[in-house]
Amino acid sequence: MVIKILKNFFKRIFSNIFKDRGEVKLGFYGPPNAGKTSLANRICKDFTGEEIGSVSKVPHETRNVQFKEKVEIDFKGKKMVFKMIDTPGIATKIDYEDFLKYKVKKKQAKKRAKEATEGVIESIKWLDDMDIVVVVLDGTENPYNQVNITIIGNLVARKIPVLIVANKIDLKKVDKKKIEAAFPEYDVIGISAKYGTNLEEFYESIFKLAKKV
Amino acid sequence: MSKKKKGNNGLGRLKGFSIQFLPYSEIRELNSNERIKKILGIILGNNILILQGKLLANEETRLIGDTMAMMGHVSDFKGIELAVISGNGDMGFFRKIGKGLANALSGGDLGAVTIIGPATIVKEIKRNPKKIELFLNR
Repeated sequence: MVIKILKNFFKRIFSNIFKDRGEVKLGFYGPPNAGKTSLANRICKDFTGEEIGSVSKVPHETRNVQFKEKVEIDFKGKKMVFKMIDTPGIATKIDYEDFLKYKVKKKQAKKRAKEATEGVIESIKWLDDMDIVVVVLDGTENPYNQVNITIIGNLVARKIPVLIVANKIDLKKVDKKKIEAAFPEYDVIGISAKYGTNLEEFYESIFKLAKKV
Repeated sequence: MSKKKKGNNGLGRLKGFSIQFLPYSEIRELNSNERIKKILGIILGNNILILQGKLLANEETRLIGDTMAMMGHVSDFKGIELAVISGNGDMGFFRKIGKGLANALSGGDLGAVTIIGPATIVKEIKRNPKKIELFLNR
């Protein structure tokens, strides 16, 4: 009995030590076409030389959860290892006809729509597995979108630290202040994943967030 | 709340639908499964649902997940449009969370109103802090 208790005690201690030194699971969440994969690609390319997935103007390009393990981010002398988890965009509706506007053929559009619905379900299932989450929003879009609110509400309920990114600051239409007004309790970092703008501030925030884990 | 539509055609070209109000008292005693089932039953009947209060955060994702799972299995079902309007004046949803108003997340929140409609009828719900616009499909 005593041996069993001691065994459990040491097991717990060692598992905590392992957890502290292991990978931080960093999830990228958000609505479709906000730039989740572009941002994840930018980070992975900078620190591993490889990208995580393909990007496209056609919504729902990412239809499966994609990973990149052991991504060591080296920023201002500090190092941290992350497991990058890029998730399909969450939406409440998916209509194959929307893809036809992008000159996707009908059969492909229907297939894409079906896979996209499965992707949304997969994204939701993965919510429980994240250590920290970057919610990527398109800075040119209205942030008062229920999907954004639902995602962040779920992360808050699960006590998962959140960073909000206003992407596409290279575009004139972007309104970072509107996003800050919509989510006043969160840090909002304006970036351009496409051009790698303001990533220093982003990395700084990620390190701060990872310390909360 | 305002209803708008594009084009010159009147509402007469819309397929039949109705707006159904659901007081929170009707779902208070239900568990999450039963709540989602009830809501989806109303939506699949081509109704726009106005729910007093709001769902739990995990119920909202569950609703989205179940909606996605139904697509392809229910004919012409393309998903839902969903919006929650908070009833606490100038305080935004996340400010309330920060202020520790537990009911913002724990569900209930009778000062809120949730609008859910099938995407075949509701094209878009545009939300700003102080107004909500419901755009219908023709």
